Amino acid sequence: MTAAAPIVRISDDALALACGADAVAAAFAAQGCEVRRVSSRGMHRLEPLAEIDGQGFGPLAPGDVAAVLAGTSGRAIGRVEAHPFLARQQRLIFARAGITRPLSLADYAATGGWAGLEQARAIGPAATLDAVEASGLRGRGGAGFPAGTKWRTVAGAPGATKYVVCNADEGDSGTFADRMVMEGDPFLLLEGMAIAAHAVGAGRGYIYVRSEYPHAIRKLEAAIALAAPQLAPFTVEVRVGAGAYVCGEETSLLNSLEGKRGEVRAKPPLPALAGLFGRPTVVNNVLTLASVPWILANGAEAYQAIGFGRSRGTMPIQLAGNVKHGGLFEVGFGITLGELVNEIGGGTASGRPVKAVQVGGPLGAYHPPADFHLPFDYESFAAADGLIGHAGLVVFDDSADMRAQARFAMAFCAAESCGKCTPCRIGSTRGVELLDRLGASDRQPRGPDAVEALPQMRNAAKAPRGSAAEIALLEDLCETMKFGSLCALGGFTPYPVLSALRHWPEEFGA
Amino acid sequence: MAAITIEDILARHDGREGALLPILHDVQAALGYVPEAAIRAIAKALNLSRAEVHGVVSFYHDFRPEPGPRAVIKLCRAEACQARGSEALAAAVRGSDRVAIEPVYCLGLCSVGPNALIGEAVHARLDVARLTALVEALA
Ligand SMILES: Cc1cc2nc3c(=O)[nH]c(=O)nc-3n(C[C@H](O)[C@H](O)[C@H](O)COP(=O)(O)O)c2cc1C
Ligand code: SF4
Ligand code: FES
Repeated sequence: MTAAAPIVRISDDALALACGADAVAAAFAAQGCEVRRVSSRGMHRLEPLAEIDGQGFGPLAPGDVAAVLAGTSGRAIGRVEAHPFLARQQRLIFARAGITRPLSLADYAATGGWAGLEQARAIGPAATLDAVEASGLRGRGGAGFPAGTKWRTVAGAPGATKYVVCNADEGDSGTFADRMVMEGDPFLLLEGMAIAAHAVGAGRGYIYVRSEYPHAIRKLEAAIALAAPQLAPFTVEVRVGAGAYVCGEETSLLNSLEGKRGEVRAKPPLPALAGLFGRPTVVNNVLTLASVPWILANGAEAYQAIGFGRSRGTMPIQLAGNVKHGGLFEVGFGITLGELVNEIGGGTASGRPVKAVQVGGPLGAYHPPADFHLPFDYESFAAADGLIGHAGLVVFDDSADMRAQARFAMAFCAAESCGKCTPCRIGSTRGVELLDRLGASDRQPRGPDAVEALPQMRNAAKAPRGSAAEIALLEDLCETMKFGSLCALGGFTPYPVLSALRHWPEEFGA
Repeated sequence: MAAITIEDILARHDGREGALLPILHDVQAALGYVPEAAIRAIAKALNLSRAEVHGVVSFYHDFRPEPGPRAVIKLCRAEACQARGSEALAAAVRGSDRVAIEPVYCLGLCSVGPNALIGEAVHARLDVARLTALVEALA
């Protein structure tokens, strides 16, 4: 390390800022250092993290800076790239994380930026479609639908006006990979969108970002202005959500973009054929689109070679909640849940035993440690009555109250329901009431209420209902929601509820 | 600096496709809520019925039909923050007449919660002392 004015790299990602990165950066600058604000490595426990000549120091407070510069800091973590949390990863989407300045076109170009778009333009739309299809890339927003198939439908749809819409609503608790791409490598997302537009013949794109992500919105707007020449003739605009979880559902999102209530549309018609303003539209998640430049630049075969079963490529897995080493872990599909939680995550932050891991956001199941053998891919989790969703893992220790978590799932569904179908709109409220009754400390068997007692209500139970009958009612309600809901908000809310009930029945008074 | 009027905002978005949400965001940002008068002006400009604009305003949590409190701390109450103690924190720290603590569901900082958003500033690793200090700083 040179004695004079080292270059210090500190993230300007929202998470680093929330942990106090600006004050640490200012303290280094006050010591005469040149501070470069880069994207985040995704090692969140260590934020604010400073890097000097490849050596890491974190988590830092301004008062630690003098010791770091004197070489006596107890916060030294050694070579950042050798850190076990990073060394085990395979970073395709997050290849630039912690390395480049998010809004530097020079940094982007110097690290392979635009190579995918250049290749797509060189080989033409048809070959670009072939490459994305052959890569096996599946949508990263939750449903895992093959991206190539969707793009081919849009490309083949009649009409001169087509759109590419990036779903950046990232509403699932425990997820932040979309946010990290938008803040840390916004040109990558724009390059992916431009490739999609080129492949399907779209002239215009929108990025629908949730309003809870102000930093991502600013970065994207700046990036769009800077990269306009590279993207042309394709143009992109950022649109901001307004605090509705259901607007992450693609048809609700399209309604919202059109300036309407975010109600879910019935399918068909598919958005690929009649999407935004009734035009053929590609709707893809941030991570799906951000995977595409690598595929074009490195070839579909190289991408195909990574992964597990029908889940190809890498997944940026997000370790969150009560986990010791939280952060972003990008790796090929197939790693087990137990490896993720215990080996990489290091168990709970509280030091208590792991009780449950919710995988896939508020519509995902709660998994007990008995599920830790599950390989991380779409099919394995579906077979275990769960889903990987957007690959967020939320770890809970043994103090978690699983009935309260089940109640929260129902309450969240009730608050966020778009109101179109009865099982979701009303059923979720009934679910909250049921779970409240099951949790009441002075529980007595409940007799029929005024309506249930009516002679017309032939099917209503007339005998007092104990816990077993209430639980049967809850299971029944979940079945109705599963099969009677138009979209996954009502349809999948039963996953967290039933998984909690199945694995921890004693907490429901069973 | 002259106050931004509804007319300025409407002019700014003239001709934009799907302009309603961007307009409502600007109104909410400029006035702190979406008043009835704005709904009338927007409906006229976009050739919508007032009921349609009302329906949109009421659908989204971000738009307020009435002026809100002076300052708002949005404290995350979603699962990953719950797993890190957000519920106990929310029960222990109260807002004041001037500073409201409102729930928000995920800020994308889920490994360092409990978290809060104040305007565009994010705060992580909150405990009772730090959240209390944020409330006091805003009062
Ligand atoms: C209630 C609900 C919320 C959703 N939220 C999101 C979201 O925040 N981000 C996302 O990419 N997909 C979300 N989806 C999935 C989208 O409907 C859609 O499948 C996705 O945008 C397609 O892109 P992909 O194929 O690239 O994954 C949600 C679905 C539902 C039912
Ligand atoms: S399941 Fe719920 S959110 Fe989905 S369409 Fe039906 S009412 Fe709307
Ligand atoms: S759950 Fe609180 S920030 Fe994501």
